[in-house]
Amino acid sequence: MTFRYLPMTEQDKKEMLDAIGVTSVEELFSDIPESVRFNGRLQIKEAKSETALLKELTNLAKKNADVKSYTSFLGAGVYDHYIPSIVDAVLSRSEFYTAYTPYQPEISQGELQAIFEFQSMICELTGMDVANSSMYDGGTALAEAGLLAAAQTKRKKVLISETVHPEYKQVVDTYGKGQGIEVIQIPHKNGMTDITALTEMMDDSIAAVIVQYPNFFGQIESLKELEPIIHEHKSLFIVSSNPVALGILTPPGALGADIVTGDAQPFGIPQSFGGPHCGFFAVTNKLMRKIPGRLVGQTSDEDGKRGFVLTLQAREQHIRRDKATSNICSNQALNALAASVAMTALGKQGIKEMAIANIQKANYAKQLLKQKGFEIVFDGPSFNEFVVKTKQPMKEIANHLLEQGIIAGFDLQRVYPELNNHMLVCVTEIRTKEEIDQFVEEMGAYHA
Amino acid sequence: MHNQELPLIFEISKEGRIGYSLPEKDVPEVELAELIPSEYIRTEDAALPEVSELDIMRHYTALSKRNHGVDSGFYPLGSCTMKYNPKVNEVVARIPGFAHIHPLQDERTIQGSMELMYDLQQQLKEITGMDEVTLQPAAGAHGEWTGLMMIRAYHEANGDTLRTKVIIPDSAHGTNPASASVAGFETITVKSNEFGLVDIDDLKKVVGPDTAALMLTNPNTLGLFEENIVEMAEIVHAAGGKLYYDGANLNAVLSKARPGDMGFDVVHLNLHKTFTGPHGGGGPGSGPVGVKKDLLPFLPTPVLTKTDNGYTFDYNRPQSIGRVKPFYGNFGINVRAYTYIRTMGPDGLKQVTENAVLNANYMMRRLAPFYDLPYDRHCKHEFVISGRRQKKLGVRTLDIAKRLLDFGFHPPTIYFPLNVEECMMIEPTETESKETLDSFINVMIQIAKEAEETPEVVQEAPHTTVIKRLDETQAARKPILRYQKA
Repeated sequence: MTFRYLPMTEQDKKEMLDAIGVTSVEELFSDIPESVRFNGRLQIKEAKSETALLKELTNLAKKNADVKSYTSFLGAGVYDHYIPSIVDAVLSRSEFYTAYTPYQPEISQGELQAIFEFQSMICELTGMDVANSSMYDGGTALAEAGLLAAAQTKRKKVLISETVHPEYKQVVDTYGKGQGIEVIQIPHKNGMTDITALTEMMDDSIAAVIVQYPNFFGQIESLKELEPIIHEHKSLFIVSSNPVALGILTPPGALGADIVTGDAQPFGIPQSFGGPHCGFFAVTNKLMRKIPGRLVGQTSDEDGKRGFVLTLQAREQHIRRDKATSNICSNQALNALAASVAMTALGKQGIKEMAIANIQKANYAKQLLKQKGFEIVFDGPSFNEFVVKTKQPMKEIANHLLEQGIIAGFDLQRVYPELNNHMLVCVTEIRTKEEIDQFVEEMGAYHA
Repeated sequence: MHNQELPLIFEISKEGRIGYSLPEKDVPEVELAELIPSEYIRTEDAALPEVSELDIMRHYTALSKRNHGVDSGFYPLGSCTMKYNPKVNEVVARIPGFAHIHPLQDERTIQGSMELMYDLQQQLKEITGMDEVTLQPAAGAHGEWTGLMMIRAYHEANGDTLRTKVIIPDSAHGTNPASASVAGFETITVKSNEFGLVDIDDLKKVVGPDTAALMLTNPNTLGLFEENIVEMAEIVHAAGGKLYYDGANLNAVLSKARPGDMGFDVVHLNLHKTFTGPHGGGGPGSGPVGVKKDLLPFLPTPVLTKTDNGYTFDYNRPQSIGRVKPFYGNFGINVRAYTYIRTMGPDGLKQVTENAVLNANYMMRRLAPFYDLPYDRHCKHEFVISGRRQKKLGVRTLDIAKRLLDFGFHPPTIYFPLNVEECMMIEPTETESKETLDSFINVMIQIAKEAEETPEVVQEAPHTTVIKRLDETQAARKPILRYQKA
């Protein structure tokens, strides 16, 4: 049997066995004890030809309702945005996607420079001094921020707002368990972090306070009000943020954040059923040597020519082993590249224009729904998401919308039991007026 | 031209140029100040580059030419399994029904993805000999931590709270102790013996009532199969500990030996290595974890289940360690791995391992006369040689690695594992032809001769790359980690 990825011929095999001085490949496995040797044939599916497999998997994909065929108003941490065609053109350069971590800088300047540019762009958006080369996703980046804060402050309690993405909160919890860190929830009031409650909860045992900007309900938290309450106790201020919103909103770095994390998925990365996406992680200069993950730095070669290398590696697992600041080895380099290309394509003007379009289109949908008699819950300043209350159960409405080719917003009851019949609606720049009108029409039709 | 510094994208930015085409602004607009209080609005724009679409394409094309991938040439980076990345995988991952679906859609509208995930879990269970697999972890290190958290939860559920230590061989990758530490364990090192294998006597010494687990890579980072694995499993299990399998080197044993049969209780896989999800320049990867029955209750949430009415995510898992990642793992990478497994089938995967092991042994034997071979026995998918002999001539392993760049090869993993002096760890993989192996071998022989006759040629390498050796000390001492306008 032959396979297109396996170039070894019978003749090659013979010559190689001769050179080794054995008569069969089996001899090379003689060190595996007989008792644990697998002598059967793996009971997995038989090999398929390229054509047959493509056909099968294309058909399997058809069992999914994709957001290119349906009109989606679902956000909740994963967003349907404009992906410039150039992103995939760059990503398909196999010099990038078939490489690994740039251990040999002389032949990896492409990747290294691209990541250096990514770090620079994340610093620009977040208003922070230093950004790393990326993390798995926004949720694990946030969890690592919690660990960093606990290590830095030598405290074991982290406060997290109820308005942070529920799945992110759960990840922070799990990571906390490993390190014996207690993660305590700050309640929300009208869909915003309850500042009075926070003030009461604060004391000198708190390592960090985590909020989301804009928060899970789409509302824009007042970082300015939160900051002094947190820093008064020398706790770290951690902000999980949507990077598109940072195209227009005051960056957390300018409002006193110590660590800013988030997911760069909105920049050129397909939703891909939730992963792979691209976490980012940015800190103040003070925390530079505590940051997890890979960092790319600028330096020069023997001739004084500018070049880039992985740097400050003394923080990392392959050097520090059990004393490392994190166990992360890799980053999401390829997705960081996608995000870089998208951020570059948008540029200084486009990022602002895109952020404003999100605000305008979401507001248009919000106003239309109000006119139809829907209650907009938590009606504060918001970005591209808002909460609408429905008369009928969300499930029924979602079913009705699906029949019309529309994917409904997130059913908040799934995570907030008290919010039954509440939908988190997301409207990005990619939704047209016509789509929004139809959505509101169908919602209204069901509302009557 | 080719040796000139390449400007940063910021340095070619020019005010007024754009590279985007945003959707039409087709809704009636309101004054922004009416929607967002002015104190929330940036006073200074984020200084992203301003460039045209062609500028972007030229920039990244130029960057890509300064990058070596598997498609550029041989990449024998030990323990990283830099095999060919099939193009059909990329096609499948981009099918809209896989690429453009939202994780929080109604389960009825994502049955295709759930079916693929479920079937991938089935294939991986069979390949590893484990009872269940979760696809949640995003990468190998993430899988290690997830697996160790489960072991911790298992011991705690048994009231066994004094099991605070994880035993790790001295040849292990640094990630192992780092993951153990993040999971809240203390690490204990077990020594290797003169054959490069875990020293059983030392293992007996360090194992005890405080042992939570032994983490092991098999074959180990020296490329050697831990042939005492059965005895080791007995020792650890008898002491009440669990056995953790680091799947970094699974490419060596597909269809030859399964971690589950060797006595391992928890296994993580690196789908980006063994199962061809591309390495992407450092990620994204995917690090599924397989477990034996007694660890099932502790799997991270949600657990994908098959019912009479289709597939569903089960969140009702009271003993679960909780969520380790938003959503369901790196689905896009899992799609690629699934495509690969379905392309190869049972016979293909067996052949993968046989060819990988044959390639490695062939290279090892051909290089043995020219470099020190610290462990003279059959290797598995990779092997280590030492540059001790060359070091005496003033040529270090780092120099040899840099000299390889002049011939268009990516060097092996160097200075790892730590227990071999001037180490070079070579993993050819099964997708490389004998011709490629021979040309690499010939260059290595030439470099060995250069070390004797013209050492300066090696010491001053590389000679042909776009840039010479970089000053890493300067980079760390005065870190410049971002572009800043002069």
